[in-house]
Amino acid sequence: MLKNLCQKMFGRSLWVYHANSGGCNGCDIEVLNVLTPYYDVERFGIKLVGSPRHADVMLCQGPALRATARALRYAYEAMPAPKLVFAIGGCACGGGIWHDTYAVLGPVETVIPVNFYIPGCPPRPEAIIYGVAVAVGLVDKKVAPVEFKQLPLPIPRYHPADLTGRDEMVVYEKAEKI
Amino acid sequence: MSMISKFKEAIIGLKAGCVTLHYPAQPRPVAENFRGRPIFDAQKCIGCAGCANNCPAREILVLDVCQEIRILKYLGRRCTYCGRCADVCPEKAITMSHEFETATNKIGDLHQRLDLFMSTCQRCGRCFKESSPLEQLKLKGYRFDDLDHERWIFRSRAYLEAEPVVDDIKIELD
Repeated sequence: MLKNLCQKMFGRSLWVYHANSGGCNGCDIEVLNVLTPYYDVERFGIKLVGSPRHADVMLCQGPALRATARALRYAYEAMPAPKLVFAIGGCACGGGIWHDTYAVLGPVETVIPVNFYIPGCPPRPEAIIYGVAVAVGLVDKKVAPVEFKQLPLPIPRYHPADLTGRDEMVVYEKAEKI
Repeated sequence: MSMISKFKEAIIGLKAGCVTLHYPAQPRPVAENFRGRPIFDAQKCIGCAGCANNCPAREILVLDVCQEIRILKYLGRRCTYCGRCADVCPEKAITMSHEFETATNKIGDLHQRLDLFMSTCQRCGRCFKESSPLEQLKLKGYRFDDLDHERWIFRSRAYLEAEPVVDDIKIELD
């Protein structure tokens, strides 16, 4: 449903605004790499703009810092209404390696709502293109949560309170249930 | 002369061809030593929590539900794919895969959760504490991380404070 909505809203082209709220510049380099002719992302109609007021999509890099959280919030509020936020890199998705230091508030989603996550430190340019393609609806996402659960033990939980009878006629009542 | 130069330019333009990758349409293989998302093998894992103790981003949380069962949860949000967990693992249960196409719209898609049977000491029911600090890094002990709120708890302070250790700092907005 979200995909259909995205295609409806952003049918023609996405104009992206590139916001760094205190990252290490690694993700910035990868994002600029994506815009070069080699990984030409303009074939999807994506264009880099300089102001959040012109943009449909905000590419966030870096965690929300104590100093930059407010500026990030204002930049988000300045964008016109149908808007998407991409969190690019491990800092924007989860707070980064220094997530527990005093200057870092946490991931970007503590300040603004995030629609798409692209983890990696930094993500490859292909990974960013894949995230864009997932958002536009060209490909499906590949990851799914993995859960490995143990089966309950086949050994009976033997409890003396369940024993009834005397001497040789001792019966274990719950033997059937095992 | 100007006409010839234009033709030259046209010929150069034809020669150059297409540089752009057709990435989402065609697959793009990675280098052999590329480190992608770590994959946890539940069959090999012995639950020593060495990966959780060595993770620089504190992405692997451990919770002991009871004496026998330990839950190991990998969150994958701020993982830097450094590969230390795979290095430290004594049973080689963690492999750094070549997956890089991990973009999602739900962050929960990156989680990996293992329920593990623990084999503990028959007499005391616990594992041993190592003598040297280097061995203590690979400590096999009991940890009580908060899996519901996806929060890790400092080992030394976990029992002392009732309120959350890592409190959320409210953002000052006016």
